[in-house]
Amino acid sequence: MNIFDFFRDRKKSNTASVAKERLQIIVAHERGQRSTPDYLPALQKELVEVIRKYVNIGNDDVQVALENQGSCSILELNITLPDR
Amino acid sequence: MAKILVVTSGKGGVGKTTTSAAIGTGLALRGHKTVIVDFDVGLRNLDLIMGCERRVVYDFVNVVNGEATLSQALIKDKRLENLYVLAASQTRDKDALTQEGVGKVLNELKENFEYVICDSPAGIEKGASLAMYFADEAIVVTNPEVSSVRDSDRMLGLLASKSLRSVNGSDPIKEHLLLTRYNPERVSKGEMLGVDDVTDILAIKLLGVIPESQAVLKASNQGVPVILDDQSDAGQAYSDAVDRLLGKEVSHRFLEEKKKGFFERLFGGN
Repeated sequence: MNIFDFFRDRKKSNTASVAKERLQIIVAHERGQRSTPDYLPALQKELVEVIRKYVNIGNDDVQVALENQGSCSILELNITLPDR
Repeated sequence: MAKILVVTSGKGGVGKTTTSAAIGTGLALRGHKTVIVDFDVGLRNLDLIMGCERRVVYDFVNVVNGEATLSQALIKDKRLENLYVLAASQTRDKDALTQEGVGKVLNELKENFEYVICDSPAGIEKGASLAMYFADEAIVVTNPEVSSVRDSDRMLGLLASKSLRSVNGSDPIKEHLLLTRYNPERVSKGEMLGVDDVTDILAIKLLGVIPESQAVLKASNQGVPVILDDQSDAGQAYSDAVDRLLGKEVSHRFLEEKKKGFFERLFGGN
């Protein structure tokens, strides 16, 4: 710090709190993903391939999500078929 | 019963090797027979930090492959009676270490040492996962900076799911947070994440806070673990951390900025 800074307003924007906020969000998000099993992406890919044998769909048209509710898990499949 | 301790971080350059050298040396200073094992195959550096780079004859991979015995490969520290180093290999073969081979060597080390410190490489690839796989306790080295904190959280996830203890369902790995390169002045200016911010996010027990210190570079220049520089702030902070690791209650130092006088603030650098 030099003589100029000394007289300048010392309350500058607090970048550390921005960092903390961003970290809290991304870490919570990534922890949520951590609990999902490793096979979900592969499952999604194979489902797309099977459905493609019959209907032409894009890679993102099959959404796979696993939800844990107490002792049971629900595998949710959401398949969007193209407009006819 | 011997303990296997992994020093890990995910991100590179945060101070894993400096920490492994300091903590290992600190344990030996307190009379515990300790070996520090470098898992960074291809990029070994623990030998330099410990100052034994010219005495490496055989390495970890030689022992795993049966080309040398452990007693041939272990490098005895010249300063301390109870301290040994097992260097990593400089081979470019990424698959030089296997889970079975590492397990065998670590088991043999456990018979002869009280503490086995595993210095993990950066990243989450094979070397890093093998370094943590057999661990009883983990020191997660983190800088007060977004990418390091995020990577540390990722490592905590791996410690909880991809280790021997998680696979065979025994007690989970005991996790310790070591915050390094901490600058209290910048924290008080709101320019750097503080201790509380990082412990809030990572939610594990704080083992110590090592201040950003010129002593660390000076020590590595000379190949002397920084903990042996007992006049330095970083050396003292590591020493406190070792005491805490051994179960002592020690209050945290170096968390507040040094009070500067009026003239120092007026004319001082930075």
